[in-house]
Amino acid sequence: MVNVVDQRKSKFERYKGLRESIGETPGAVIKTVDEYSSWDRIVDVADQGSYQEFDFVFPETDPLDFPGYVEKKEKMRESLGVRDAITAGSCTIDGRPVTLAVMNKKFMMASMGMEVGEVVCQAAEYAANNHTPLIIFTASGGARMQEGILALMQMAKTSAAIQRYKDGGGLYITVLTHPTTGGVSASFATLGDITLAEPKALIGFAGPRVIEQTIGAKLPLGFQRAEFLEEHGFVDAIVPREEMREKLSQILRLHPINSFSSI
Amino acid sequence: MNAIDKVLTARDKNRPKITDYIDNLFTDFFEQKGDYLGKEDASIYGGIALFHGMPVTVLGHRKGNTVEENINCNFGMPGPEGYRKALRLMQQAEKFKRPIITFVDTPGAYPGLEAETMGQSQAISGNLAAMSGLKVPVISLVTGEGSSGGALGIAVANRVYMLENAIYSVLSPEGFASILWHDSAKRDEAAEVMKLTAKDLYDFGIIDGIIGEEDLYRAVDETLVKALKELKKMSGQELADDRFNKFRYIDKKYITGQEIAGEINEQMESV
Repeated sequence: MVNVVDQRKSKFERYKGLRESIGETPGAVIKTVDEYSSWDRIVDVADQGSYQEFDFVFPETDPLDFPGYVEKKEKMRESLGVRDAITAGSCTIDGRPVTLAVMNKKFMMASMGMEVGEVVCQAAEYAANNHTPLIIFTASGGARMQEGILALMQMAKTSAAIQRYKDGGGLYITVLTHPTTGGVSASFATLGDITLAEPKALIGFAGPRVIEQTIGAKLPLGFQRAEFLEEHGFVDAIVPREEMREKLSQILRLHPINSFSSI
Repeated sequence: MNAIDKVLTARDKNRPKITDYIDNLFTDFFEQKGDYLGKEDASIYGGIALFHGMPVTVLGHRKGNTVEENINCNFGMPGPEGYRKALRLMQQAEKFKRPIITFVDTPGAYPGLEAETMGQSQAISGNLAAMSGLKVPVISLVTGEGSSGGALGIAVANRVYMLENAIYSVLSPEGFASILWHDSAKRDEAAEVMKLTAKDLYDFGIIDGIIGEEDLYRAVDETLVKALKELKKMSGQELADDRFNKFRYIDKKYITGQEIAGEINEQMESV
């Protein structure tokens, strides 16, 4: 476990990022820089000083011997100070213990390779063993192409681990953030007992460009956005960043460990 | 054969389809249609049939043989309704304790407006999660194109086999080239790099066997019989655990580096 120094400051400055800079057209949004990092999320959601990061170490994964892949990861690790596209740990929210994982899209568009898949599974297993709820903030461009078929298999691997955790009675909350697409969208991101989404987040199986090429037409405004998913019945609530901690805390409050004891 | 030749063979219009496998390997087929939620998706074909006298649930992607069928089956690219229909059939198989046999042959799940609107992601993730816990034997055969989550969505099985000339990949080589090199014309190069042939998948430890195509139906029949004989010895919970462990630890040798450690130990011992 590694201790993380809290830096709860200028947080409302950070919230501005997404909402002010995104237009309404699909596609345009992907290029928008969102400076709100995975660390910002943890700091804003977890009780101050409570977050303990899991210190996973895995061997370097490069099953296709893909030219430049390992070098690219090393460079990303150095510049971002994270191992791969997901960070996980334990923390408390208003005093309630939770297992928390946050994806980081600055790391290769938070694509899912073996390491990302393994962290999701181990976070679910930690949550099961310690009887805590599991919260995952998802963001991803999809399966990590550089890991080929082994990246695809992460969809089955993570879904199996999450399902086992849920079958054991665990509460699984997903927060879909911009963008959550492809293999992550079609696996653990959409298996939540409770599914939250951030305003305007792009959420879908196929990316807007692929759909436009397939159907030979422009997509309607707002297509595949969080509000669109809410309208079509796939999201419980859309929660802005500044309300996220409070909303998560409410959901946790409504899921006491011993739910019958109070009556 | 280069990887791209395998891709083209796997996509060949004249390759046997799920309907051919059902005609040649099963008897008394009763087709079941619909997701029972509002739509029938013909790109997933399935029902109940007898396999050597034993009732089984059989289902898979359907591309169709004629142009009309191709269009009706959306060229084997299911929408969420197709995955939900597959799930309905599989959960029913579990209720009646029938083994499940799936045939995988798809360019991928359909990337369309309606498919997204109706929850393509949720349909696929729902299948992955539910299949991992089924308490009956599940066997999947990749017969042609096993492309992306659209293939995996019906292939979380105790045993996964590939035909000699089938492919199984994270995405089509065209899509792969487009994402990584911004040039879908580099598909031949992509096919090579992706390691998507049956032999590649076997070497990765992802599939359980490769089925030769010379005497196709006999080879498939023998493979299914052998697998079912092994799997029928297991209890429902053992079958679910077997499948869970297969996928939860499918990349174990990469994540733990265990195989590498094993090799080193062997070397040490030989010294």
